Amino acid sequence: MSDKTMTADEVVSRLRSGMTLGIGGWGSRRKPMALVRALLRSEITDLTIVSYGGPDVGMLAAAGRIRKLVAAFVTLDSIPLEPHYRAARQSGAFELTEVDEAMFMWGLHAAANRLPFMPVRAGIGSDVMRVNPGLRTVTSPYEDPSTGIRETFVAMPALRMDAALVHVNRADRSGNGQYLGPDPYFDDLFCEAADDAYVSCERLVDRFDDAVPQTLLVNRHSVTGVVETPSGAHPTSCVPDHDRDEPFQGLYATTPWPEFTERFLHGDEKAYQSAAQAWHEERR
Amino acid sequence: MTDATRPSPLPPTGAPLPDTRTPPLLPPTRAEYCVIACAEAWRDNGEVLASPMGAVPSVGARLARRTFAPELLLTDGEAMLVGPDGTPEGWLPYRRHLTMVTGGRRHVMMGASQIDRFGNQNISCIGDWERPARQLLGVRGAPVNTLNNPVSYWVPKHSTRVFVEKVDMISGVGYDSAAAAGPTATRFHRIPRVVSNLGVFDFATPDHSMRLASLHPGVTVEEVLAATGFEPTVPDEVPYTREPTPAELELIREVIDPQGLRDREVPG
Repeated sequence: MSDKTMTADEVVSRLRSGMTLGIGGWGSRRKPMALVRALLRSEITDLTIVSYGGPDVGMLAAAGRIRKLVAAFVTLDSIPLEPHYRAARQSGAFELTEVDEAMFMWGLHAAANRLPFMPVRAGIGSDVMRVNPGLRTVTSPYEDPSTGIRETFVAMPALRMDAALVHVNRADRSGNGQYLGPDPYFDDLFCEAADDAYVSCERLVDRFDDAVPQTLLVNRHSVTGVVETPSGAHPTSCVPDHDRDEPFQGLYATTPWPEFTERFLHGDEKAYQSAAQAWHEERR
Repeated sequence: MTDATRPSPLPPTGAPLPDTRTPPLLPPTRAEYCVIACAEAWRDNGEVLASPMGAVPSVGARLARRTFAPELLLTDGEAMLVGPDGTPEGWLPYRRHLTMVTGGRRHVMMGASQIDRFGNQNISCIGDWERPARQLLGVRGAPVNTLNNPVSYWVPKHSTRVFVEKVDMISGVGYDSAAAAGPTATRFHRIPRVVSNLGVFDFATPDHSMRLASLHPGVTVEEVLAATGFEPTVPDEVPYTREPTPAELELIREVIDPQGLRDREVPG
């Protein structure tokens, strides 16, 4: 079995400016933040980001790395509005493809299943159609048995990605990933919808003895690289390993980006984790 | 602003029922009338998921579940379906939640940063979408919600900034927009009610424009009209939102929301 372990910087060395990157998790939950931080340490820019957005989008937006965003929302959950995302949008910093949460999911399904689109009863009637003039509709070839009508749906295009970044609780060296929290979000789909997928994990394991079968979310055939990054989702939640770091997220949301970068992001991941810990100790 | 689409965390509701020898109850607060108005949205809905966004709708849904609508399903705000005492009874991660939406077995009460006379709702942004004056949450699930399962709205602070002639970015589809989009959009589209801190509104008019359905006690028609950026239909006689029963008040105050989260959303 091939050993796919690598460092976060090795993951980033395989990415290029201009790529389309999917980022797993949801809002401020189980985001591959250590990989995002590695991306921020690089010069990679001009990215198309596909995400159920949280601080991943906020940080990349603040750093000016996004050319285009595909999203239904960007939120920090406990802080509803992501401040850096707001600022970027309000200054017209990048292009946005704003779709609905379900449209987004069906776009991932289409990409994972090598289909050009999936029909979805969402979007029509809303301004999602106005702000996405490229969205097409498709009429069912079948008459509805109860209405006799051939309904017309939005044809949500496949959200195919060059690479996906996801974070799980456990992974093995060959790329199998296990989530231990309440919700898988769409991380398996992100991996299947991307040409390459990089899985960071709280802890590498040799085997999944006694695993609850349904927790083995990400299968190795869809994974290119595995990175062990303890607290790698920080400050987002990664239960049961760690909750969201609410005080730190509050700090992130209220600190000007250059100041935040200077204090927390000028070094490597270890330096980040130490700086975050030092900040907590200062508060005591 | 409040998070328009996430349930508010409420404490576990497994506390013992209150001592019935307590002194006479204080009269209902405005927040408690709002709770009743929200709870009533889920009456006779059957075995569907009640998805409340915001503190008052969350208290309302739990009240309905504990009293007149025991068949309702509720989540813990994450991925579990839970009974009234918080005990898990099912699993509902986002991927299944979205199927519950498109399957129609759900009645959501969303927030609204803007809402117009036909029930078009906006939680995406204020101003020009290309470069908004204020970026809000994004459309989230409002487009799929409104075309697939009943969607009610909760507005804790009724004002002309929220109740507008025209919303800046249609996130939740209103009756006129659904009609213009055709049968795929209208087939399962329904906006049962809009609850605000002033009253309850519905769309029971010939053209499905907004109608004042009830006033919370203490509110006048004039107050509602002054705080609304369009003219809703006002019937000759407007009823008041119904009174909570003493048992409902005790449940709200002692069991479901002892911390008073409802009062923070609708101050007395």
